[in-house]
Amino acid sequence: MRYSGFRVIKEALTGHKGWAPAWREPDPKPSYDIVVIGGGGHGLATAYYLAKEFGEKKIALIEKGWIGSGNVGRNTTIIRSNYLLDGNEPFYEFSLKLWEGLEQDFNYNAMVSQRGILNLIHTDAQRDAFIRRGNAMRLNGVDAELLSVAQIRDRYPFFKFDDARFPIKGGLAQHRGGTVRHDAVAWGYARGADRRGVDIIQNCEVTGFRIENGKCLGVETSRGFIGAKKVGCAVAGSSGRLMAKADMRLPIESHVLQAFVSEGLKPVIPGVVTFGAGHFYVSQSDKGGLVFGGDIDGYNSYAQRGNLPVVEDVCEGGMALMPMIGRARLLRMWGGIMDMSMDGSPIIDRTHVEGLYFNGGWCYGGFKATPASGYCFAHLLSRDTPHPVATAYRFDRFEKGLMIDEKGVGAQPNLH
Amino acid sequence: MIIHHPLLGPRDSSEFVYLGDAALIDRPDWQSDTAARDFYEYQYLRDNPAGPHRELWYHEGGDRSWLVVTRNTVTHEITSVEIARDVARSRGRST
Repeated sequence: MRYSGFRVIKEALTGHKGWAPAWREPDPKPSYDIVVIGGGGHGLATAYYLAKEFGEKKIALIEKGWIGSGNVGRNTTIIRSNYLLDGNEPFYEFSLKLWEGLEQDFNYNAMVSQRGILNLIHTDAQRDAFIRRGNAMRLNGVDAELLSVAQIRDRYPFFKFDDARFPIKGGLAQHRGGTVRHDAVAWGYARGADRRGVDIIQNCEVTGFRIENGKCLGVETSRGFIGAKKVGCAVAGSSGRLMAKADMRLPIESHVLQAFVSEGLKPVIPGVVTFGAGHFYVSQSDKGGLVFGGDIDGYNSYAQRGNLPVVEDVCEGGMALMPMIGRARLLRMWGGIMDMSMDGSPIIDRTHVEGLYFNGGWCYGGFKATPASGYCFAHLLSRDTPHPVATAYRFDRFEKGLMIDEKGVGAQPNLH
Repeated sequence: MIIHHPLLGPRDSSEFVYLGDAALIDRPDWQSDTAARDFYEYQYLRDNPAGPHRELWYHEGGDRSWLVVTRNTVTHEITSVEIARDVARSRGRST
């Protein structure tokens, strides 16, 4: 069933009796051409593009819990492509372009809102760094604008511009950045994939890979063996646990990142803002809640909940930037498990096992990458060659010294 | 999280800096024939377990000692805390 305005009116007039479930609940078949493990944003996008763009027919997506139950439903919903390095910027710009056409493409309202993102500058050194980043973006054909304090005051009069310790000296804006309704991304991709014949199999946990003579023949699951010519893994924070079943050690640590939502307020924050003197980023959801976050907690964790020191640190950042939020009450906070890679950049690559492919290491910036990650992983799975914008995301870059280290902090995952 | 420092007693984890897996104590032999590969694995690859994890914490806001903390990454429960120097010595490291 195609969704449209006409359809909504027709259903309204006929008692809403025509709506059907957005996707089926099929039982697993004995074998498929391609099995994608992980029903999060990246896995669902991979399955969708495999069917839609690469003409693959026999595809299954298997998920341990229910689709969208992990990080795609736990993030701060920000999309942007303001990266510095050549290995990253074309990829993230490809992703932003896919976001711009996504709702028409998969016929689902994902509330893509290009309200703009603003990275604030507090020191002269930071201004130099942001000018450099803005120039790198423009060299890649991406929009970037350096804003003066007066320009920022126009749109964000409530910032604490003259803070004694963290005065605001300007900002780098990407006007095409913004937010997306994150759950709708998972649902839209799931529905789009299902309509094209992908079997989405929930409550089906992978317990092992069947590997013979260096070739992957399929996956052992809690619902029995499922054969596959190719298996793609996109399981974010569980990457280490899953790939250990194929005797792999990854350049990844799993860490917990917390996020927060305040009570609903009247519209007050027009775009996405990041504080440059600490780590705090905020936007306002369409329901009115302030959605914000900061750093990861900084230690290995699979707990999906964090500790209080980071809560204090994030809220201090917010108060230093916009003291007006001090009276807003916190409604909810939660944690998600991030696959923190050793250079802060992701991996979309083959593995040492023939027919087994890996997508992960997204650190805590995976949401914005969802469409491009799915598209490029589908490209790799279907054609066995990397997509042109994802050629740098290889496993062997660590051994060869070809790190893509945006922050320049080295092999220390909790600093990325 | 409270880390029970063997010398200083219970201390808040925010006094500490986290480095990572305590396997980092076992630095490879730089003269080995396989040194390049060994150092790549030492530097970049991790077991990243869900469950008990031995890890290095540095008491920056205290006595500046390195500790080996055994902590469950699923529950955050800490089951043992050792001085990293003692652990290193027990593994034959001279420093």
